[in-house]
Amino acid sequence: MAQYEAVIGLEVHVELKTDTKIFCHSSTEFGADPNQHVCPVCLGLPGVLPVVNKKVVEYAIKAGLALNCRIAPFSKFDRKNYYYPDLPKNYQISQYDLPIAEHGCLEINVHGAGKRVGITRLHMEEDAGKLVHQGTISSTPFSLVDYNRTGVPLIEIVSEPDMRSADEAVAYLEKLKAIIQYTGVSDCKMQEGSLRCDANISVRPAGQAELGTKTEIKNMNSFKALHKAVNYEIARQIKLLESGGKVVQETRTWDEARGETLSMRSKEEAHDYRYFPDPDLPPLVIDRAWVEAIKAGLPELPDARRQRLVTAYGLPEYDAMVLTSSRELADYYEECVQIYNNPKLVSNWVMGELARMMNAGGQDIQEVRISPAQLARLLQLLDEGTISGRIARTVLEEMYNTGKDAGKVIEEQGLVQISDTGLIEKVVDEVIAANPKSVEDYRAGKEKAIAFLVGQVMKSTRGKANPGLVNELLKGKLNK
Amino acid sequence: MISIKDVEHVALLARLSLTGDEKQVYGKQLSDILENVRKLQDLNTEGVPPTAHVLDLQNVFREDRAGEHMPVDQVLGNAPDRQGNFFKVPKII
Repeated sequence: MAQYEAVIGLEVHVELKTDTKIFCHSSTEFGADPNQHVCPVCLGLPGVLPVVNKKVVEYAIKAGLALNCRIAPFSKFDRKNYYYPDLPKNYQISQYDLPIAEHGCLEINVHGAGKRVGITRLHMEEDAGKLVHQGTISSTPFSLVDYNRTGVPLIEIVSEPDMRSADEAVAYLEKLKAIIQYTGVSDCKMQEGSLRCDANISVRPAGQAELGTKTEIKNMNSFKALHKAVNYEIARQIKLLESGGKVVQETRTWDEARGETLSMRSKEEAHDYRYFPDPDLPPLVIDRAWVEAIKAGLPELPDARRQRLVTAYGLPEYDAMVLTSSRELADYYEECVQIYNNPKLVSNWVMGELARMMNAGGQDIQEVRISPAQLARLLQLLDEGTISGRIARTVLEEMYNTGKDAGKVIEEQGLVQISDTGLIEKVVDEVIAANPKSVEDYRAGKEKAIAFLVGQVMKSTRGKANPGLVNELLKGKLNK
Repeated sequence: MISIKDVEHVALLARLSLTGDEKQVYGKQLSDILENVRKLQDLNTEGVPPTAHVLDLQNVFREDRAGEHMPVDQVLGNAPDRQGNFFKVPKII
């Protein structure tokens, strides 16, 4: 069987976090009742005049700079014409041949291998409305239309076809999301649709320079969906070619429930968008001083911050990468380390126990009730030997659920570590007496048997015995 | 010269259904329009910079400040049909 290489490029739409829409004063707030946040401009009523929201241009430039793009000195808006009920004007205002930013790149790291992915362009456009269907989409004869989202500002970021696997595609999207979030121009919530991703995928025999026929995959609403959809589509295309078939250039939708990509109604001649400059909108002449001012206001970005965490705190590269995956997480970590200067211990707990609970509850760091100061205090108590590691986990869990201080939880539940030698010795004696078999095993050279005995002591002290002391006392007695 | 096929293509994009006669008429009209516009090609544009806009304007911005929304009954006033506060239209998939 011939070896195939996949070629992947992503088109990512990001909603900008402005208060108002791109060309009118209607609110962009998410979750309002249908058709509340509309005005004559975003409804496309006759005779209205769109005017660009300055903040949208500023945010687009900011995102462009963060993605190492060249900011265009001259840029304009164009009309992209197509007829669909989510678009009240029958055209979308977008940018065609003179986008605000071009020629950028970002760095990804997959399984330890670094790679640079090119960014072709970044342009501004307006979002479309939302179609709602009652019952199943195939059985209902109607579409219900909500225009609240119409005119919400978007930037579309188009990558070069530089990715070769689903892992690389996910790494690119994760990095892009982190960079955009760091700049603060969007909150990039995939579940709310403020970050949306389409993938262009083709395959070719390894070593062939010419690209294969591509398909465009839509409707991937999570990183997991992107990964699965890309892998599915690569396998589908290879199988097609292997069996002597041909890939048809088309748009396909990812069906999460079925776990496959399905051909969409070929948007008949949809690519004939007949773009032309929007006569309602005068062009943008971007002043270099403005760009420089925006550049000066850029925060520290993920790559720089990762590097700094490695050098300033001596963290492993991996820890630094995970901690800087979102600005809020990195802020949380650093705030905690400021209070309790034990960078690796803090990192272990943030990436370990805390992340585990956040994943289980589907929460972001912003939603966590434990403040960095509270976590710092817990880790201090652990370090001082007031509580054991195992107890600390229990305490953290309670703190996570209630937001209480570590000290309070420890006091309420009587969880202070027992470091009283006499008390532990008593329990150790009991355990030795009750488990002659394990004692025998240990003395016969089965070193591992001691772990069981330690476990028994911890069990009867409800985890409160100082593990170091338990080990020491047990060994002392057993080795006699 | 615009062919009947071109007319059919443009009609499809504009969601217009045309009779055979109309295709002939609009084909002729579109050809005349294009021929008229084509005359611009005869002009000497040496030294004239490309233009994206006919007015001598640039950077017309508004501040990011919210204003009034339309009352929803007015929004739906021209709707062919409504359900609750949604526009109701035939499904187009």
